[in-house]
Amino acid sequence: MNLWFILAINSIAFGSLLFLLSAGFSLIFGLMRIPNLTHGSLFMLGAYFAVSLISWGLGFWPAAILAGLGVAAFGGLVERLLLRRLPGAELAQVLVTLGLSFMIADVCLLGWGGDPISIATPPELRGVSRIAGFAFPTYRLGVIIIAVVFAAALWGLLDKTRLGAMIRAGVDDPAIARVVGIRVSRLFTIVFSLGAGLAGFAGVIGGPILSVYPGLDQDMLPLALVVVILGGSGSLFGSFVGSFVVGFLYNFGQAMFPELAYVVLFLPMLVILVLRPQGLFGRVAA
Amino acid sequence: VKQLALALALGVLATLPLWVGNGYYVNIASQILVYAIFALGLNVLVGYAGLVSLGHAGLFGIAAYAGALAINSGANPFVAIIAALAATLVAAAVFAVLALRSTGLGFVMITVAIGQIVWGVAYRWISITNGDNGVAIGTRPSPLGFSLSAAPQFYWATLIVFLVAVTAIGIFAASPFGASLRGTRDQPRRMTALGYHIWLIRFLAFLFSGLWSGVAGMLFLYYNQFISPQAVALGASAEALLMVISGGTGTLLGPIVGAALVVIMKDVASAYITRWNFVLGAIFVAIVIFMPEGIVPGSARLARWCLAKLRPQVTEVTSAATPRPRPESGL
Repeated sequence: MNLWFILAINSIAFGSLLFLLSAGFSLIFGLMRIPNLTHGSLFMLGAYFAVSLISWGLGFWPAAILAGLGVAAFGGLVERLLLRRLPGAELAQVLVTLGLSFMIADVCLLGWGGDPISIATPPELRGVSRIAGFAFPTYRLGVIIIAVVFAAALWGLLDKTRLGAMIRAGVDDPAIARVVGIRVSRLFTIVFSLGAGLAGFAGVIGGPILSVYPGLDQDMLPLALVVVILGGSGSLFGSFVGSFVVGFLYNFGQAMFPELAYVVLFLPMLVILVLRPQGLFGRVAA
Repeated sequence: VKQLALALALGVLATLPLWVGNGYYVNIASQILVYAIFALGLNVLVGYAGLVSLGHAGLFGIAAYAGALAINSGANPFVAIIAALAATLVAAAVFAVLALRSTGLGFVMITVAIGQIVWGVAYRWISITNGDNGVAIGTRPSPLGFSLSAAPQFYWATLIVFLVAVTAIGIFAASPFGASLRGTRDQPRRMTALGYHIWLIRFLAFLFSGLWSGVAGMLFLYYNQFISPQAVALGASAEALLMVISGGTGTLLGPIVGAALVVIMKDVASAYITRWNFVLGAIFVAIVIFMPEGIVPGSARLARWCLAKLRPQVTEVTSAATPRPRPESGL
């Protein structure tokens, strides 16, 4: 009983982390029509930035925010300097992100070495909390709360602001959005750097749970891909649901069928792709 | 001239171990040929069918794993080859049914996912695949009684397979079926209207592509006598795609040049540069941005352009009237 409970909490916490990672991935995919294959690298880059910032004496939270902003700036540069040069050539853009992910991985290996580095849990979230007689690791509860706050903020941004309305218009029909005077290409930069920043921030938040190691990018990217395919691209609610589904599949799969964990993870995705190519809540067909 | 060049190239390839001498370089040549077969197979999909697969290392790996397991369970080499290729074809059929649900980016994403499943199984299903440690086969097998243990012998065997592959894929591309495959790439609607079964054409192309990937996987196993999840990872698929794209999609020579480029870069240059992956990524980005049609068509265009430049006076009027040959959208 207790084991299942812990597993469930871990799944929810992991799902929260995945939501932070994949919300940006989903928006980028929905708006720009490209699966951003650097997304795992941005996650890892954020975590490594935070490692350096913390080693220079910064606290966990300022480091997390600064690392997120740094990765956001990096993402903006990538969009403006590289992807912008290939307008409309989605496949070429995907290949550029793939090449870039190799470069980032190698630079990280050069800069931070090959050993796993763990980020210390912030002191105020150490230990366990007891709710209704069950003991929970406090940090994981904190991650869940952060994800819920971000989900609410993103929902507010997309649903209640002018920028959000423009992004939604761009996702639904970029050509018409251009016609009515929305500068879709500027939205590309904004959304790409927002998504990158979220991924970088998620990397820092995930640091105390996952630690940072070379190959983290390749571990996280497929998960983001699965979330977005399950939930549907361009849909915040879709990536929210998809993240928790993947969180549960991943954790329970690891615990129950460790040898086939990946099959457990990817099989539902293939089923969804075959039965409903636009994902559960998708706005755009993949 | 073309036939002369071909004969010359064949002569150089066939006698390579005799004048190179050093086993190390002969082995590199063998590796180039193995990867050239892989890239040629992938090019059937990427170049002729216009379907970019990022999961082909999965097929490559399935062949190698199936071969290794068959050999280790005591099958004779010939049976092992048949078993490995049969396993690859079955896997390719499953992949194709799933991935051909969509085209374009959907196809890319599904192939990434399938490739990751294969990798996950290879990495995690320790009781069968031995996990990260990989599967080793004792000695380089000697199918049909030929010993392949020395570098030149292996090179010649690989060369024969390579020539068969080039010929087969050349015939395939030139055949009416190849033409209809290119038709499904460029004008799927028109092809449907003409009564072609697009799905079936793509499915068969996928099987053909998978078969050669499997052959390359089998040769890889023979060459290394070892297979590990490393060879199945996304990076391996990306490397194969880089070979195809850098050389030039939809050409016969392109993937071969691309394979040579990547293998030489990797083996020779990595002696001087430790950051091989960075270079790989940078080449990838540069090629996609600056030479999207690949090296072979790209240099052909450059050569034509230079020739046109050499005699500007005579053709000034006409060359102004005729636009520069525009590169086909290679991707």
